[in-house]
Amino acid sequence: MTTTRAARKTSFTSKASNYLDERTSISGAVSFLGRKIFPDHWSFMLGEVALYSFIAILISGVFLTFFFDPSMTHVTYEGSYVPLKGIGMSVAYHTALDISFEIRGGLLMRQVHHWAALLFVASIGLHMLRVFFTGAFRKPREINWVIGFLLFVLAMAEGFTGYSLPDDVLSGNGLAIINGMVKGIPIVGTWISYFLFGGLFPGTEIIPRLYSLHIMLLPAILIVVLGIHLVLIVVNKHTQFAGPGKTNKNVVGSPIMPTFAAKAGGFFFLVFGTIMLIASIFTINPIWNYGPYDPSPVSAGTQPDWYIGFADGALRLVPPGWETEWFGLTFTWAIIIPIIVMVGFLMLVAFYPFIEQWITGDKREHHLSDRPRNNPTRTAIGAAGVVFYAVMWAAASSDLMATHFHVNVFHVIYVLQAALIFGPIITYFITKRVALALQKKDREIVLHGYESGRIVRRPGGEYIEVHEPLDEYERYRLVTFETYEPTKERPNAQGRISAGVKIRGALSRWFFEDRITPVTQSELEASKHDH
Amino acid sequence: MAKRKTSGRRHPLASAALLILGLVVVGGIYTAVDQAADAQSPSHSEAALTAADGEALYMANCATCHGVDAVGTEYGPTLVGVGPASVNFQVMTGRMPMAFQGPQADQREVMFTQEQSDAIGEYLQTFGPGPERPDQEWLDTSATGVDVANGAELFRINCAMCHNVAGSGGALTEGKFAPNLHNIDADHIYEAMLTGPQNMPVFNDNNISPEEKRDVIAYLHYLDENPSAGGFSLGSLGPVSEGLFVWIFGLGSIVALTVWLTSRPN
Amino acid sequence: MTAQHDADATPQEHAVETVDRGSAVTQSDSFSDPGLPPHKPRQTDIHPAKEKRAERQVFLWFLLSMAGSVFAIFAYFAFPITEEDFGSVRINNLLLGLGLSLGLLGIGFGAVHWARQLMSDVEISEDRHPTHGSEQTRARAVEIFKLGDEESGFTRRSLIRNSLIGALALFPLPAVFMFRDLAPKQDAVEAISQTPWETGTRLAIDPTGTPIKASDVTIGSAFHVIPETLDSHAHDFLDQKALSVVLLVRMPEEQLHETEERKGWSYNGIVAYSKICTHVGCPVALYEQHTHHLLCPCHQSTFDVSDGAKVVFGPAARPLPQLPIAVDDEGYLVAQRDFTEPIGPSFWERLDHIDDEHPESSARTEDRA
Repeated sequence: MTTTRAARKTSFTSKASNYLDERTSISGAVSFLGRKIFPDHWSFMLGEVALYSFIAILISGVFLTFFFDPSMTHVTYEGSYVPLKGIGMSVAYHTALDISFEIRGGLLMRQVHHWAALLFVASIGLHMLRVFFTGAFRKPREINWVIGFLLFVLAMAEGFTGYSLPDDVLSGNGLAIINGMVKGIPIVGTWISYFLFGGLFPGTEIIPRLYSLHIMLLPAILIVVLGIHLVLIVVNKHTQFAGPGKTNKNVVGSPIMPTFAAKAGGFFFLVFGTIMLIASIFTINPIWNYGPYDPSPVSAGTQPDWYIGFADGALRLVPPGWETEWFGLTFTWAIIIPIIVMVGFLMLVAFYPFIEQWITGDKREHHLSDRPRNNPTRTAIGAAGVVFYAVMWAAASSDLMATHFHVNVFHVIYVLQAALIFGPIITYFITKRVALALQKKDREIVLHGYESGRIVRRPGGEYIEVHEPLDEYERYRLVTFETYEPTKERPNAQGRISAGVKIRGALSRWFFEDRITPVTQSELEASKHDH
Repeated sequence: MAKRKTSGRRHPLASAALLILGLVVVGGIYTAVDQAADAQSPSHSEAALTAADGEALYMANCATCHGVDAVGTEYGPTLVGVGPASVNFQVMTGRMPMAFQGPQADQREVMFTQEQSDAIGEYLQTFGPGPERPDQEWLDTSATGVDVANGAELFRINCAMCHNVAGSGGALTEGKFAPNLHNIDADHIYEAMLTGPQNMPVFNDNNISPEEKRDVIAYLHYLDENPSAGGFSLGSLGPVSEGLFVWIFGLGSIVALTVWLTSRPN
Repeated sequence: MTAQHDADATPQEHAVETVDRGSAVTQSDSFSDPGLPPHKPRQTDIHPAKEKRAERQVFLWFLLSMAGSVFAIFAYFAFPITEEDFGSVRINNLLLGLGLSLGLLGIGFGAVHWARQLMSDVEISEDRHPTHGSEQTRARAVEIFKLGDEESGFTRRSLIRNSLIGALALFPLPAVFMFRDLAPKQDAVEAISQTPWETGTRLAIDPTGTPIKASDVTIGSAFHVIPETLDSHAHDFLDQKALSVVLLVRMPEEQLHETEERKGWSYNGIVAYSKICTHVGCPVALYEQHTHHLLCPCHQSTFDVSDGAKVVFGPAARPLPQLPIAVDDEGYLVAQRDFTEPIGPSFWERLDHIDDEHPESSARTEDRA
């Protein structure tokens, strides 16, 4: 009985597969992808977190579009939230309230959408840090780094347009700030603002326009760019950490079918489930507290969502009086300078792979992830960048820091202004020293073994701790990394050293002057003879 | 494996964790003892007091800073014309007598009984009359005609910029702050609007009428009685606490999941 | 990479290694790769009982997931939202959400548990190849492009090629022009430089629109003000409100420092300033009645209302524009005129719209510049 059922079942699946393959040639895709290898490391899952939160955003977002109406037409609230009854508001805010209070699960979907959006950008950030600090952006992955950067920017744009849609006091003041920033742009600012808002701020156009961007244009671009990002991951294969049996010429891990598929598929449910759990227990953006947008009120603690925080913080850190009037025209440095600093910072992030490759001159493919300590200068640059970003980010909550730690909000700003300049410099030096120290420790362990914790007394009365040698696998993990030396500034055919070569030489010295080379076999032999 | 043995000793973070644990325990015990001590302080009720009693209390507790004739000194402002409403707010919320000179009077334990506070208020009226304490009529938020929505709108326009739309408080200049407005008695909310304590502006009855003040109180009490529909409110502080939450707990728990997912079981 | 790679590399791979290695150091006697460590079986591989247990656990997770999804549907019906009951929204959100979470997490934990404990955990090695195509495909690609060029004459027939490029360059241009109607025809700078305040417009309380008598404004008061005529702007109410909101405060006259030009702009210590920040346009409304500081909650720009609203802290560069006020026959506060300069954040053409009769504010900014 059971055997016949099994036989029938098998024959059905095989028939169905045959049917499909005869029409789609899908067996080719299965044989190409099915046993592809994906290396196992927790930090390799961060990009997937971003992908899965994006799917959660899409699912919850589609639900919300069925109930949300972005119109700015003025209506009177007649819903069930008592403190807003009879208050005039836009249709957009009214429908956002209805989603929260009239539709079962509507508030849940709103909270899923918003929490997932915060998680989406956060996981992209962490994913980028992983790629940066392990050098996984090197050839052949530079293009994919830039594409990933583009996804980061698109995610922020999606986030900001979504944040603005409920048309409450919080989002309206966010738009007021955008309006002010745009107006500060020289020459075209006034007109860009005018075109963006369809006339005066706030007008009646901005919410529908942002809605078109938020649910149509930006997601379409995002999905296409995301597709390219994923295709390139398949083409380039994933990087892996160096180790015994793990070289630049192979990739070691579990096959997609079945182990990786089960893990990654299960992980989707874990990420979505975690977001759902957070959304059912913790409030996010209680729009009903803020009331309909009106240019007069504002709330203490008016902040953007976290990923725009660095821009808000950059504005807050500007000292008074940064504005000049030349030739009857107004140059609003208080806005222009933060914009230049932020754009400059983001451009450095986007083009870092090309800068590093120019300095090393290394044109080979790199499929082995660095341990951060093994490239101290890059790690230090990254840490300095993180601190620079974090200070701007922290500045966006200067008022909350003041109230929560009972300090003067002006002093918080002064401290952060100093930290913006000195923080990255100090972090750079500390991180570099720590990385070099960790490398030295690795060398020590390879050369002299690890401390066993066993103390023995020598016949002469001397106490020593017994050091046990490493096994060959562990040792190989610690000695396999790439080092570079500063390039020599060679003169060209005319016997001159061009400025480009000089700059490159200087940068190369900066990068690789302090370096620690991996232990070689002869060094290990020599250390054994010492004992 | 060699690796396990190298880290076989106590983890470097262990001592830090132990230290934090110790601090938490000590702090907890201190708080418990402190509260127990507070509970023992006597709360004796007294019969109705007169302006004369108020004078004695004033001289003993207030005159050092506000002057014997209430015209103020360099340590405290004049109290001529502040009225019983102001005295009741400052004294009965524990802001006065001030614990120490600072940017703004912090709240602490209430030092006087209601009768004593009223007596001081009555005494101060002799220097120059000021606003009286509100009628019960304006504090009764269950009365007919009370409009929570109107209160909410007035709150957003007149109060939210300092106290936050959800009444969670906010920062002012140079170390001053607007306190949070959760679970405040109706008479104290009313008196604060009427008298403008500390650096808060005055909202007299021509600006916000007694009926409107009652609406504002009704809205604040509505917020107290109705916790956020979406679950825990994370302090109602807006996007900053949401961002911190998603980084620490959201991404934190997901990173923990990735570590579990990619680890090899025994 | 390292020496042992060169040693066991095939001749083909050697060709790859000739790619410029830049300043990377070549090490002669580095360690050789010991290869993958031997595979260690898991408990579930060795003990059938543990395998059975893991299987049961996976089953239990999936069962829990089913229970969660069913509970979500149950909660949807059993805990509906009832009109005006805030608590019912909370319960609905919580229980529906918990059901859905369990439905999702159950599948997730079950699948991952299955993969970790029961599926093969033998690490497999797959070879990498250089990312670029093989020599043959590259040659074929070049050939295809050449053929395409020859067969179409793309290089040869330069006239039609260049005219095609011209046509392609021009065809998107009309689309750019079509965005012109994103904004109305009215001049942008004109529009943002005028507010509804006119000579004699009464100051009224926001949001009720009740006009304010000077005698209503006691010392220490702060009034949030709109023009009494604002209601007449039915179609662009919010736009006009965004231009015209004002904060009215009264302080003891001896504390008010006024410049000569503005002596007549206040009344008995009552002053009115635009509420829109000169930094990026948040409503600045955190007024401290004793310090007379006005703080913006968005970026902490702080203005001193007793001293012409000049900036004392924060990123704002200019004082808030002052609304000149007076009192009419009936004792109501009225505007003497519109602001003498555009309100709100700075913009490129701002100086074109400063009233020449009241150059005070621009003079002040020029001093600073």
